[in-house]
Amino acid sequence: MPGYDLIMYDEESKQIDAELNRLHSQSNAKVVFLVDKNGQLITSVGETRDIDTTSLASLTAGNIAATGGMARLLGEREFSILFHEGEKDNIHISVIGHRVILVVIFDQRSSLGLVRLRVKKTAETLTKIFEDLAVKTQKEKAAPEGAPSPFAEISDEDIDKLFG
Amino acid sequence: MSFINYSSREINCKIVYYGPGLGGKTTNLQYIYKKTNPESKGKLISLATETERTLFFDFLPLNLGDIRGFKTRFHLYTVPGQVFYDASRKLILKGVDGVVFVADSQVERMEANIESVENLRINLNEQGYNLDKIPYTIQYNKRDLPNIVPVDELNRALNQRGVPWYEGVAIEGIGVFDTLKNIAKQVLFELKKGY
Repeated sequence: MPGYDLIMYDEESKQIDAELNRLHSQSNAKVVFLVDKNGQLITSVGETRDIDTTSLASLTAGNIAATGGMARLLGEREFSILFHEGEKDNIHISVIGHRVILVVIFDQRSSLGLVRLRVKKTAETLTKIFEDLAVKTQKEKAAPEGAPSPFAEISDEDIDKLFG
Repeated sequence: MSFINYSSREINCKIVYYGPGLGGKTTNLQYIYKKTNPESKGKLISLATETERTLFFDFLPLNLGDIRGFKTRFHLYTVPGQVFYDASRKLILKGVDGVVFVADSQVERMEANIESVENLRINLNEQGYNLDKIPYTIQYNKRDLPNIVPVDELNRALNQRGVPWYEGVAIEGIGVFDTLKNIAKQVLFELKKGY
């Protein structure tokens, strides 16, 4: 199989949340969220109650995938930043470490310049966290520490139960 | 490529419905959407043309419940079946955990089925996957129509690997959940193998 499953542990999850919270407040954003390139929502902070973050995550990944396809046709590796301007809300999307997508939704309380500046800083921090996470995941797979994986124990019965 | 979150105790997997144009991929998702409890599903997103042909993809997030204390979420996607949307199909296969091939059982669509399986194999290869190894289920759809190919023949032409297959009438829901359940099972067992 190509690539590796994305696995998130408590420690990194907390680090990511802390960084996204910092970005959220420093950029005066409404919502900040992080999406796997395959469209899985990793985490979100801010005013998410009225937003369908699952759908947004999938569409964001589709958007990045489509522009990535365009980039390759032009001989670029990827277009790492996308910006969509609306009447009230705007979306700033950036690819981090070729693996995850950082999405910032903001309105007139912020500005594109501020968001770009803050995102740049956050991108560096997140890149480091995800690099460490990849190393940790490989280590855990090779020699699991602590409790055995819950997936090793999955039975036919467990799966049948899911479907009632 | 599933996403396992130990922090929020969630497993997320991606399933792609593949197959020739007008074969019933979107219909499968629409039926699943219609029959699933509101608390177990998200919105069904369809990026379609004005004539309701899939342009980019359909997307349906499903919560299947808990397994060993982990919330199990499946993201179901369809690809656009029309031949000229190949670039989009490749993108949607990224990070796929399991594939459902929705074949059109009608005699006149046999060639389109064969072409689509071949296209699936090529596009999976480009992403580094192998159709002979990935979790894979086939649905022979439109079994209610008069001019259909016998299942034996469909299996010979489209299912050399001998993966689980189901007869379907997706528009009435026949075979839809059997197919989904089978692919979900295969994906979870594959996940188990990796740990």
